[in-house]
Amino acid sequence: MSVFRPFAPWLISLAVLLLLPAVTGGSAVSVINVIAIHIVFALSYNMLLGQGGMLSFGHAAFFGLGSYAAIHAMNAIGDAAYAGEGFWAHFPVFLLPLVGFAGGALVALVVGWPFCRRAGTAFAMITLGLGELVATGTQMFPSVFGGETGVFSNRMVGPVWFGLELAQPADVYWFMAFWVFAAVLAMWAFTRTPLGRMSNAVRDNPDRTQFIGYPPRNVRFLVFIASGGMAGLAGGMAAVNYEIVTPESLSLVASGLALVMAAVGGLGIFYGPIVGAVVVTLMNSLLSDFTDASVLYVGIVFLAVVMFAPSGLAGGLEQIRQAWHRAELARKWPGWLVGAAAVIAWILALVLTVELVYLIRHGDDKLAQALGLELNAASPLAWGTVVILLAVGYGLWRVTAKHREANA
Amino acid sequence: MLETIVFSTLNGILYGLLLFMLSSGLTLIFSMMGVLNFAHASFYMLGAYFAYALGLHIGFWPALFLAPCLVAVIGAVVERYGLRRVHASGHVAELLFTFGLAYVIDELVHLFWGSIPVSYVPPDYMQNALFTLFGTDYSIYRGVTMMIAVFMFAALWFLLKKTRVGMMIRAALTHGDMVGHLGHNVPRLFMGVFGFGCALAGLAGVIGGPLLNTEPGMAQTLGPIVFVVVVVGGMGSLIGAFYASLLIGLLQTFFVAFDASIADLLGVIGISVDPYGEVTGITLASLAPMTPFILLVLILIFRPCGLMGELEP
Amino acid sequence: MVKTLLNRFAVSLLLLAGVANAANPEPVRFALIDPLTGPMSVVGQPALEQLKFTADRLNEEGGINGHEIRIVGFDNKINPQESLVQLQKAIDDGIRFIIQGNGSSVGSALLSSINKHNQRNPEDRVVYFNYAAIEPSFTNERCSFWHFRFDANADMKMNMLTDWVAENDDFKKVFLINQDYSFGQAVSEAAMRMLKEKRPDIEIVGNVFHPLGKVKDFSPYISKIKSSDADVVITGNWGQDINLLIKSASEYGVDVPFLTYYGNTPGTITQVGEKGVDRIYLISEYHGDFTDPEIAERQEKMYKQTGWDLYPRVSVMLEMIKKAGDKAGSVEPVKLARALEGLQFKSMAGDVTMRASDHQIQMPTFISVLKNNMSHGAEGTDFNFHEVAAFNAEQATLPTSCRMRRPK
Repeated sequence: MSVFRPFAPWLISLAVLLLLPAVTGGSAVSVINVIAIHIVFALSYNMLLGQGGMLSFGHAAFFGLGSYAAIHAMNAIGDAAYAGEGFWAHFPVFLLPLVGFAGGALVALVVGWPFCRRAGTAFAMITLGLGELVATGTQMFPSVFGGETGVFSNRMVGPVWFGLELAQPADVYWFMAFWVFAAVLAMWAFTRTPLGRMSNAVRDNPDRTQFIGYPPRNVRFLVFIASGGMAGLAGGMAAVNYEIVTPESLSLVASGLALVMAAVGGLGIFYGPIVGAVVVTLMNSLLSDFTDASVLYVGIVFLAVVMFAPSGLAGGLEQIRQAWHRAELARKWPGWLVGAAAVIAWILALVLTVELVYLIRHGDDKLAQALGLELNAASPLAWGTVVILLAVGYGLWRVTAKHREANA
Repeated sequence: MLETIVFSTLNGILYGLLLFMLSSGLTLIFSMMGVLNFAHASFYMLGAYFAYALGLHIGFWPALFLAPCLVAVIGAVVERYGLRRVHASGHVAELLFTFGLAYVIDELVHLFWGSIPVSYVPPDYMQNALFTLFGTDYSIYRGVTMMIAVFMFAALWFLLKKTRVGMMIRAALTHGDMVGHLGHNVPRLFMGVFGFGCALAGLAGVIGGPLLNTEPGMAQTLGPIVFVVVVVGGMGSLIGAFYASLLIGLLQTFFVAFDASIADLLGVIGISVDPYGEVTGITLASLAPMTPFILLVLILIFRPCGLMGELEP
Repeated sequence: MVKTLLNRFAVSLLLLAGVANAANPEPVRFALIDPLTGPMSVVGQPALEQLKFTADRLNEEGGINGHEIRIVGFDNKINPQESLVQLQKAIDDGIRFIIQGNGSSVGSALLSSINKHNQRNPEDRVVYFNYAAIEPSFTNERCSFWHFRFDANADMKMNMLTDWVAENDDFKKVFLINQDYSFGQAVSEAAMRMLKEKRPDIEIVGNVFHPLGKVKDFSPYISKIKSSDADVVITGNWGQDINLLIKSASEYGVDVPFLTYYGNTPGTITQVGEKGVDRIYLISEYHGDFTDPEIAERQEKMYKQTGWDLYPRVSVMLEMIKKAGDKAGSVEPVKLARALEGLQFKSMAGDVTMRASDHQIQMPTFISVLKNNMSHGAEGTDFNFHEVAAFNAEQATLPTSCRMRRPK
């Protein structure tokens, strides 16, 4: 049993990946494919922020440029396959994420050295500048970046691997499953390498690593390249999924998405960004069907995590796991459960408030309909409910605070 | 040609002064608290929307004074109950907090005022021409805006250099601990400065809203440029921020006005290339949106403390 | 005349509806993929409201071949990649009719993606109705059986506009200002080519491109127009770009005529008011005179109900789709598309045909100018566009280079 222990998470994930399409319906596949891309993107971001202590606001530059590299390669495959000869004629679309990786890593290699002198605010600012520079610069070279239209392509070209024609989203799923597994495995392995360990040391105490003979700048630079490459790989996956790349994929908004996903999931834990990617992508794509305030909800979740749970959602999971290991769960769960109830009461109050404001300003929101709420903003009942929910949440929290502290 | 230069200068200075209003608050906050407030431009947007909403009921001028005060209150509350809480977790947590705050404020603006630009316009009499030069009108509103900006700059200088509060702020900028040891309430000072900085941003929004279109995307367009101003000017240097604002304002306006391409410029020094080539056909106008960021990256690489600053970020 | 025809039409449809309702068939759904939030939503929202408004009326007449018409809005934030995500969502949702208009960049992505979808899913076709993306290539080199365009393309409009300019001897210096992407470039290119041909003596004193949807202050561009001494400005700007351009021009007292493609974009008239009178010209499928009382009544009702003005060609589009569906006796995409080819229709402006050879609508077009004290004002004001020149469908037409490939 103990022999399998280290492999258990991987075997479970593999099983999940294999069973997922059978469990979920056909139309969910499109969303799952996007989640796969975002998992790799968020994890690559966390190589910088969580493990290397470098806060970046320009990570989408590598994602986007990797994406562009892959889509141009896809077009090259299409052209070469038509002619029937040349290097690209034998290059399967299946391997395009590798082109994305090369693109992202190459860009990081070229621009990275001057950036990695300092971490912290200076690094944040310079990556912000890089991101905006690349995003606005794309408009100037329409033959490479396609202007407003972007570059589109067709993924059903070139040699077919594993019988995957990539015609339907369901085909693309197996492509995504392979690459998300491979990329997560690779990034996990990276944390185990001496370089991965050193990057943690540089994050925690750059002066000391300097003293023991590892210039922090070199370590940061290498991590920067690896992370840029993985972001490019995610970009390559996106190019195959969407068959179009637009300049928006390099923008500050896209960089912000990586940051939000990683932070919501938890920066300190390897699998945190995976949790974050799943939650944030689902919120974005499912909530937007029901409410026009979906981005607001994502923003509030992010803010709440930063303020009240700096270790993220995965941090919470980790606490539960540890409590279970130490056989403390039985002692702790009542406090946690009531705490969770308090949080739920607050969330309900918040959602109700947002929906009421929405009702006043714009008329009915779909979320209220979906929840079966007949809202009337003029009635004191609705606002009274908000107050009661807030009070109930506060009461539950205060009553059990002592219990949680005693059992912490 | 002359008229282009005159109007580009006027517009560039106006834009630069607006940028300075925004960045002066940010640079104060940064140098004092070490927080690079990502949501700063969102407070600018709040200023514009508050002025619009208040203006519907109490008229333009009262709103001009009231809206920044409201923004200041909100800023102070954010500092007291949000920022102070995450302060313990370090600068990265603070940056993340303000980043999330920017998200939420932007979305709240969507929620309250919708996603379509609101028609926030100055009173009719201010849209008339102040003077007409080369057949082009220059509206009273632009003139007033410029005056408010200059007045604000003077007031800020007076406040910092000539008053007791200003002395405390300047002392806290460099020797925060010492000010605390002397028995001043530093957290309250922080709260005040944060609120004040937000009010400056709000004021920029109040007068900039009618010029730059009051819409929910206005924070996102200006936010990164404000950072550029602060970094290029030198973190914590007000006078640096002033020069950097004017520099960026003028550069962007002149680049659009003089639509020379790279080929034209090369032509001036005697090199002739294809004027419609992909690289050589790039015009200064299309470079305009990039100039702030080119400046930012170059400054951070070659002179990390900025034009006038003494501290590295 | 028109009214009696319409009435007769309505009566016969009511009869049809009576028969169809007995069977109670599935509703037929249309996905509108357009900017419904953000600064460009001023062009997406009115289309959505117009579609719903017209659908209500047509549903009372029995829907399409007895099927109730339902309009579903999908927000693409004017981003081509996001549009494809929304397209996939719509397709996954079972919607087979896609409507889009704003942004030829988006139209281009949708066109290529829908072509790919139909190629990969021969049993499950999707049809694309385009009401405003007027880059010429969509009905020339890139024409597709699955795409129908219900607006005159940029070349056709420019052809008429330059005819009109050529007749006016006062115009000697033309200034072109356009958005920097495929459509804006097409407008500028056509203007230069056609003016050179028709009036070689006219001088192009400026040809400026600005970023799409990103300029907040048009002052520098206005001072350029001013210093060029132009006596007429031609622009294809739309969305907030036309709003702000005209607002800026009026602020600086620029008093040359602006010949626009989209001077009637919501918000423009309110912002410009008196200063735009006799200055803002518009080339479009209709004008603000509303000589037909029934259409005038519709305008009043539309504005009262939705807060937006009547959007004539969106209404005509849905009516033509309905006519085609009724003619085909089916809402199956391929059958409906075949019936739409060559379909003739009597709109408020005159005789309209969907040309079979390239799926480009052939319709009468008007040049009009902003006037005060109109009997039917736009945006709740007294201002509206008054006809100054009219072109019938034969005058509006241009040949096509399309070689259509039809499904067997």
